[in-house]
Amino acid sequence: MSLDDPPTNAVLSVRDLSVSFATRQGVVRAVDGLSFDVGAKEVLGIVGESGSGKSVAMYSMLGLVRDANVSITGSVRFEGREILGLSDTEMQSVRGGEVGMIFQDPMTALTPVYTVGWQIVEQLRAHNDMTKKAAYERATELLAEVGIPDPKSRVNHYPHEFSGGMRQRVVIAMALSCNPKLLIADEPTTALDVTTQAQILDLMGRLQASHGSSIVIITHDMGVIAEIAHRVVVMYAGRPAEIGPELDVVRSARHPYTWGLLGAVPRADVKTRRLVTIPGNAVSPLEVPTGCAFAPRCQYRMEICAERPTLRGAHDHLDACWLSDEQRLEIRSTATVRGES
Amino acid sequence: MEAITLNAVETTALDSDSPWRSSLQQLRRNRAAMIALGVLLFMVIVTLLAPIYAHDIAHDNPFASNLQGRVKIGNHFRSVMQSNTQGLGLGVTPIGPTWNFSKYFLGADQLGRDVFARILYGGRVTLLIGFSSGLICITVATVLGMLAGYFGRATDWIISRALDIVWAFPIYLLAISLSVILVTSGLDLGIIHIGAGSLLLPILIIASVYVPYVARPVRGIVFSLKERDFIQAAIASGASDWHILRKEIWPNVAPSVIVFFPLMVALNILTESALSILGIGVQPPQASWGTIINDGLQLLYTRPWVAIAPGICIVIVCVALNILGDGVRDAFDPRAKLRGSI
Amino acid sequence: MLRFIAKRLASAILVMFTISVLVFLIFFATPGVNPASRIAGRSASPAVLRQVAKEFGLNRPLPIRYGLMMFHLFIKQDLTSYVNIGDKIIPQITAAAPITLSLIFGAVVIWLFVGISGGVIAAKNKGKFIDPLVMFFGIAAISIPVYWLGQMVLLVTQGGLHRSIFAWIPNGGYVSLTQNPWQWALHLLFPWLTLASLYAGIYARVLRGELINNMNEDYIRTARAKGLSERRILYRHALRCSLISIVSLFGLDVGVLVGGAALLTEVVFGLQGVGWLTYQGLQNLDLPLIMGCVMYGAFFVVLASAVVDVLYAYIDPRVRVVA
Repeated sequence: MSLDDPPTNAVLSVRDLSVSFATRQGVVRAVDGLSFDVGAKEVLGIVGESGSGKSVAMYSMLGLVRDANVSITGSVRFEGREILGLSDTEMQSVRGGEVGMIFQDPMTALTPVYTVGWQIVEQLRAHNDMTKKAAYERATELLAEVGIPDPKSRVNHYPHEFSGGMRQRVVIAMALSCNPKLLIADEPTTALDVTTQAQILDLMGRLQASHGSSIVIITHDMGVIAEIAHRVVVMYAGRPAEIGPELDVVRSARHPYTWGLLGAVPRADVKTRRLVTIPGNAVSPLEVPTGCAFAPRCQYRMEICAERPTLRGAHDHLDACWLSDEQRLEIRSTATVRGES
Repeated sequence: MEAITLNAVETTALDSDSPWRSSLQQLRRNRAAMIALGVLLFMVIVTLLAPIYAHDIAHDNPFASNLQGRVKIGNHFRSVMQSNTQGLGLGVTPIGPTWNFSKYFLGADQLGRDVFARILYGGRVTLLIGFSSGLICITVATVLGMLAGYFGRATDWIISRALDIVWAFPIYLLAISLSVILVTSGLDLGIIHIGAGSLLLPILIIASVYVPYVARPVRGIVFSLKERDFIQAAIASGASDWHILRKEIWPNVAPSVIVFFPLMVALNILTESALSILGIGVQPPQASWGTIINDGLQLLYTRPWVAIAPGICIVIVCVALNILGDGVRDAFDPRAKLRGSI
Repeated sequence: MLRFIAKRLASAILVMFTISVLVFLIFFATPGVNPASRIAGRSASPAVLRQVAKEFGLNRPLPIRYGLMMFHLFIKQDLTSYVNIGDKIIPQITAAAPITLSLIFGAVVIWLFVGISGGVIAAKNKGKFIDPLVMFFGIAAISIPVYWLGQMVLLVTQGGLHRSIFAWIPNGGYVSLTQNPWQWALHLLFPWLTLASLYAGIYARVLRGELINNMNEDYIRTARAKGLSERRILYRHALRCSLISIVSLFGLDVGVLVGGAALLTEVVFGLQGVGWLTYQGLQNLDLPLIMGCVMYGAFFVVLASAVVDVLYAYIDPRVRVVA
């Protein structure tokens, strides 16, 4: 499979998505040529630094980018149906009904003046023909499913009466309430402490299996990817750097940026050494180079990197880098000898 | 009437140029605000030219009664005070607007004075009171707010209680009470003598009444600033309080304070005009737009322009100040939330 | 919760006491000002001055004078006017209160309707033409001196056009609701509009600002991701949260108005409410009357502030935890 193939009937099929904003200082290309597929019951992780465009990409797909100066091009097919360019009213049935979304900060994600039950019921009744009573019952069930203790009374509580982790569970319950085929999770655990993180990821994994939905999880943490994702898209400066099955990407990453990301994961099994950081700063969206976006920070750059690499590779593990397989082998062997992996 | 709750602008000890310059640039780009500023400057200049108008164009003294005067319009001479022909035919009515730029453009008031010239002079007084009260109010309030917020504890307690007391008074009541007592008889405190007719009285009264309005938000900002790392660092490095207040706190308070200024001036102008209309603001022989309106009320149904014109001037100036104020807020402290209270 | 209310009550009483002392001091004890001459008039002879001083106990020490006045005001409730000798103050105030309340009632309805609609329309159409237009009207409304506006309204409705278009508008004055509801409304119509204009401007601007801020909040993004219509998001989520911050503003405004802040409007239109009474007292330096009106006004401001605090706790569920 290559991304030059026409869009499939995968749950989500994105081809050449580009999102740019017209600002006073010039055109900002937040997303530049992103393509990937999400299959049924699959968990796709999108990983990258802040500013890599990963969130903007997903928001723009659902029409959640309300900036008047935005320009979105490309193709996004949800279950075979093109959703980019749908009117707001048409999108409203997709959002919440077929695609659920959870956001980063659970503390501010819920309307403070309504009970959590009310808010879940609101979503249920927006997409289904249900009586209020039936909807409240369903809401209580959902709260139980996500592990909220004493759901019958908690359903009438206000968001501020829940802790951060509990609130995120409520948000997950709400997002799954209409049994969406796809759940998009934007950094769902970043604002939570480590223990809660693990619990939430665990919950998401179980729910994904029981509800049968696909998940797109956006994160900057490779550890989260390793834990829950089947496939990975690595993004840098709005462009895809590497795409592939999670095991392949983690074990035999091809793009130097991915190497950096992986090196930045603290590992317990390697003897003490300094945390590897990727030198330099994330590129400013106004100054993305015409060639490979990562070249200025890459220690393996070559002359040909002045030309933008396309996504290519074997099977379903693709990368956007000019390094040949031989060159990679060489780099890996010298690095292993020196104790840097 | 609106107050603003403010957020501390997130800057560390400033390299003085960039945030100010970019804010000013943003303000300059705001067309409505620039037009408003132009209107204000126009009003200021025109009122400053009042003596020139009075002496060189209209050739009259807008402060002296002119009951016997006659004015030449076209080819006729007409009396400034004209006998009434309607109703019972008793008494006199001043001449109405001649729409002749060099003579009684807007007519005369009941003492035969040139209304247009008086409006020009009155504008100077109104604008002077508005700007100086605003300046005094904001300066005092900022100092009090910074002291209370920075030093905390006893200083804060005293200042806050004083602010609470002044604030608990409905403003109209405080302003009117103080004016009733002080304005007609002056203030005599031993060392400080302020004559009854002095403009300083309305200026000080109006300024002090609004001090809590500005001081409380400033205090709030300084409180939150004090917790910030860069202030803690400065304290730890042994910098003197004075130094910190001047170099670290003030530059972060300044943008929010600047936002207040145009709005305070508008508020003060409205308060002054209310007091003057009631007769307890500016006192004769001085004139302000408010006093001219007061004069015009007796002639409201016969010579309405005497009351209409100064009111329109007040509206124009306050609208311009508010538009400019909005622009300043957008440029300097966009997170300031617009709240309202009296 | 009970402790909260008790604390508010205590601080309210303290505030009222302080206000009463301050007013007393302003009128009786401003340095360099002789209270007797204020009461007796500017050109009173020394004999009259002595008489006034004796009669009103002005020779007694300050705290005693204050105490006497408070005693007459609250306990014996027979405080009498200095100017219209023998007129009791409290009945005057209680007679004037319904007029003020009538004025405020109608103005409130109008300004809430206009202000909230204006704010919503401006926020909904942010950036398009109607937004700055509504905001301009809002700015104009808060830039007009209320007293002058009232006079202009009178000029239009009672002046030349009174014979033709505006013949049906009465010339000031008040008709009691129980006496004739139609006339009551008619007489109050323009006072309502005049008083409401200022506040409608304020509320429209404040609401627009709040709405726009709230529309950028995370929970609005969640609501959108839930697939709700923009209309529902605006009214059920953003507006509901924005109105909360309006509540405290509203409470204070109404409190101050009930206390007599509408005095300029009342004076212009000849409505003899509490504000009008206060103004009369101030003009005549009728100190007991002033005291009575000030205490009445302060009471309502303080009451309103306390009610708002409690109400806020009720409306905004987040505050309940703290309170």
